Formats: sequence, structure tokens, C-alpha cells
Amino acid sequence: MTGGTLTSAGRSRRATAWRAGGILVLLAAIAIFPLVFTNALVTTIAVDTLIFVAAASAWNIFSGYSGYISLGHAVFFGCGAYTVGIAARDWHLTGNAVFALIPLAAVVAAVIAVPFGLVALRVRRHTFVVVTIAIFFIFQLMAANFSFTGGTSGLSAPFLAWNPATYNDPFYYLALAIVVGTVGLAWLIRGSRFGLQLRAIRDDEDRARGLGVRTMRVKLAAFVISAFVIGMLGGLWFYFITQVLPQSGFDPLFDLSVALIAFFGGLGTVSGPVLGALILVPAQQYFTEQFTNDYLSQIVFGSLFLVVILLLPRGVIPTVGEKIASWRARRPGRMAGRPAAPLAAQLSVPPGAPPGAAAAAAGPAGPDGPR
Amino acid sequence: MSALLRAEHVSKAFGGVQALSDCTVEVTRGSITGLIGPNGSGKTTLFNVITGYERVDAGDIYADDRKITNAPPERAFALGIGRTFQLTRIFPRLTVMENMLVATQHRGRGRWRNPLARAGGPADRRRAMELLEFTGIAGHATALADTLSYGQRKLLELAYVLVADPEVVLLDEPAGGVNPSLIQTIAARIRELNARGTTFLIVEHNMDFVMGICDRVTVLDYGTVVASGPPEIIRSNPRVLDAYLGITEEDDDAPIP
Repeated sequence: MTGGTLTSAGRSRRATAWRAGGILVLLAAIAIFPLVFTNALVTTIAVDTLIFVAAASAWNIFSGYSGYISLGHAVFFGCGAYTVGIAARDWHLTGNAVFALIPLAAVVAAVIAVPFGLVALRVRRHTFVVVTIAIFFIFQLMAANFSFTGGTSGLSAPFLAWNPATYNDPFYYLALAIVVGTVGLAWLIRGSRFGLQLRAIRDDEDRARGLGVRTMRVKLAAFVISAFVIGMLGGLWFYFITQVLPQSGFDPLFDLSVALIAFFGGLGTVSGPVLGALILVPAQQYFTEQFTNDYLSQIVFGSLFLVVILLLPRGVIPTVGEKIASWRARRPGRMAGRPAAPLAAQLSVPPGAPPGAAAAAAGPAGPDGPR
Repeated sequence: MSALLRAEHVSKAFGGVQALSDCTVEVTRGSITGLIGPNGSGKTTLFNVITGYERVDAGDIYADDRKITNAPPERAFALGIGRTFQLTRIFPRLTVMENMLVATQHRGRGRWRNPLARAGGPADRRRAMELLEFTGIAGHATALADTLSYGQRKLLELAYVLVADPEVVLLDEPAGGVNPSLIQTIAARIRELNARGTTFLIVEHNMDFVMGICDRVTVLDYGTVVASGPPEIIRSNPRVLDAYLGITEEDDDAPIP
């Protein structure tokens, strides 16, 4: 080991300490938030935001890591909501007991994800996106047309006789618990063998197969994990909103929002979806409040998004991270300790090599192109 | 001498194009076998059917006398068959070390491992680092693979195929588009690995490279084996000259010099 690597190890330890501190401060701020802001309008937005933090993180575990962009995860959200709704109705559950059904919502969503995944994951890229949308609409139609789902009038949640002043707080802390669990899981997976296999699939699925990665199994596992979390959120959301309709449980805007949040923050990063949801969900609610005309708020929001996609196509976290890295690299004396490659001279491409050679080599490697 | 890898009477068509027709190729254990032939003669298709990227229309593939016809790529790899691609394929958005770790631990079947354990234990990382040093790109271990040059990508692909200790490695044009001194390095590495027991099947257009390194050379033309034998015999085989250059002594329709 050379001095250079030791320095970088020390630097990364310091960065880890900073990051851990930042996360603790953020968590503390989020934990006391409903005690400081007691206005029900504010806490309602806060619960919504946390639900989307968890949903975007869960979606990112599958779509962000594997590169398979799903626009069908609202299926799991809706199934979660309908599961708790139907179970509470048929088993005559009332009061706080209904919250015991939330794990059931997660399990049902995960079970549905298995055949869904086995069908959809046979195809890639754009075809995959289209298949997920198609399956999504099948579920929405089923919810509207079966009688056990309540048809077009949907289901209502049992009444919760809670103090109106703090009504939102239990939802807030439940959502926060799911957020902590999901983000923790996303972080754990990203550094794991499983996460590495997912990212290898994102870069070049066929090459990964040729190195022994059982890609179907890996993709399906990630798909089921994300469905599990989002099903749970659907159940929680149902009690929070107190009713579910086919078009609100199986909402195409849910899919778009979750994808946009992850893209905005940084696809495939752990912090990206968190940051994306913390910024975008309150912003969207704020615009809706500000402009009495609902469409105007959507236009403003859409334009804002367009600007971000054009200026930060890879999302905020990767772009800012790169800016910081290049700013560090430009500071003198930082790169001096970099170890030299012993065979570097021999191994570089000759100056006369066609400039397209490296690009040609990079070309077929990415199944889904840069994002 | 036992055949470590054997393709028997393999046929494969793409629409109306017969890429392989009744093709029989043997790779002897411990050998470095060369596979040559003009463009479109079926060399890469043969690699693809052996490693499970394409299905055969007819015929069988055997590894060590075990039938592995149409086994998917992940199984072919688990059985000890590693390969590289003609247009080098690496994982551009993973670091070089992460690229190496993708291939670790996939040899063999059935053993349960905690999927949430951190990627690459100390033993895997040590092994990966050894191979990066062996191929000479250890200095780039923490760099994104995307930043590697073309030649370095070839070396990375070779290195991560070796991570799982394959019995036979299929190299698709290891010397293609690579500078002469790097070709020497690659040849030396192949010889070294072969001396330690790894078998190679190599597709290559660089004749000096093939003739210099291979014990045996098989020549494909129109999806069929037209000749097979030691390099010095193949070099002077009229059918090989015909397949490669399109001319023979009797051919009076030779191209204008």
C-alpha cells in the first residue's frame, strides 16, 4: 500500500463521519417536525412527502439499480390499499387494530409481484416499460369492475376516533419508520453482492449472465422487494386518505411521480430519491396551494421539471457530487500521491489508434444508454 | 488426450444464413486451440452456442463429456467456461474492482450465501487484485471502468473472466485493435495461464499471434471445419489458403496485383 491510498482511506473515513453526522441531523429534524409544525395542512403534506420518499427509494432499489424503468409500481400501491380495505371490511376490524393489516398489504403486493415480474422481466428497455404500463391498466380495470373491490365507488376506511389536533402524527411516524427501513435497505443493497449484480445487469445484462449472474432471479428479487415496500405504503395511505378508488389507488400519476423523483434526485443513488421527494413533493403541494387554477400549478411544475432534465440529466446528487470531486481535484497537492500503474505505458492505446475505438468498445456495453 | 470442450455436428441458421453447418470442433484439455476463418465463417457464432448466448438448431455441445447443449450463459460459466467478447464488454459504470467482483463467487452451484453481505470479501478482493496486477491494470482498480482505454478494457475483460478460475477460456479476438507491445503482453499472459493448466480457445485474425501461440488450429469456412491440425501444417494447407485468400494455385482468376 502506498501513501496515496492511505490518504484517500483517511479522507473517505472523514467523509463517512460527515455523512453520518448529516444523516443524524436530518433524522432529528424530521423526527421533531410534527412537534414544531402542528398545522394539519403542513403535517398532511409531510406525511405525503414521507410516503413518496419511501416509495421512490423502494422503486429505486429495483429500477434505479437494475436500469429497468417500471411504470407499473402503482399496481403494488393499489393492491396494498385494496388489501387492507377489503380485509378490514370483510373481517370487521375497527379502531387501531386495522394497522395490524399493513404487513399483509406488503405480503400481498410482494406475492403479486412474482407473476408480474416473471412476465414483464422477460423483456427489456422500452418494451419493459410498455409491459409494466399495460399490466398497470389491467389492474386498474379489475379494481373498477370486480364487486369485491367495491367497483367504481371503491372502499372506505374504518373511522379512527383520534384527537383531531394530532390526528396526522401516528401516520407521520409510521411513514417515517418505513422510510428509515427502506432507505437503510437501499443502502445495504447498494453495497452488497446483490446490489452489485443489479448494477452489473444495468450496465450489460448479457455480459453479467456470462459471468455467472442468474439475472432473472436477481431482477425478480429486487422487483419483489420494491413491491413489498410500496404495498405497505399503499396500506398506510389508505387509512390516511380514508378511501380508495380505482383511479386513486391505481394512479398513473403515482408511477410518474415516483420515477420523476428518482430521476430528479439521481437514479441508482441512495440519497437521490430521498432528496428528490423532499424537494418535489412539498413543491408540488405548494404550487397547488398557490395557484387556484390547478392546471397552472401542473404547468409550472412540469416546466420546472423540464429545466431540471435538460440541465441535470443525471439528477442532482450525481451532478453535484461530480462538481465537488472536480473542484477537489483542481486544488493543488491533492492528486500527488496517486500510485502510478507499473505497466501503464505498455497498456495504453497507441497514439495512432482510431479515436472511435474506445467509443466503439463502450457502445454495445450499455443496454440502456447513459442516464 | 481427452476433449475438454467438444461441439458435435452443430448447425445454426439465422434466417436464410447458415452460420454453422454440421460443425465439429474439439478443444483438448490443456491446449491453446486457435479458431480461424474469414469474416462470417461462424467463429463467433460457435462461441455463442458454446456459451449459451445462442441456441443450436442441431448438434450437441459437451464439456468434459457432459452434455451442455443450450445451457444458459450463467450455467456455462458455472461449469468453468469463461469467454470474452469481440467488441469488449465491461461494466462501464462500475469501478474496475467492482467489475472484477461481479464474476467472483459464481463458480459452482447451490451454495447459499447471504446476498446482503458486502460485495467481495477480503479473499475475493485479494484474488481480484492479484489478477489486476497480473494483467497490469491494478493501478486503475478504483477508477470507473468507463475511463479505461480500449486495450485496458481487453485486459479487464480477460482478468474478470479469470477470477472464477475457469477451466477453459474462449477469447474472441484478444489481439484485435491492440498495439503490438500489448499483443506481446497478452500472449505472454495466455502462455503463463496455460502453463498453470487453463485451456484456451482463441478466435483471432492476427496470424502471427495465432501461429505463435496455438498448439492446434482449426479453420472454419461457411460454418464448417475445413482443416484442423498443428499450426505449421495449417499454414500450408491449400484449402486454408483458399478459404482465407480466395485463391489457389489452380485459380487463374486471381485478383489484380
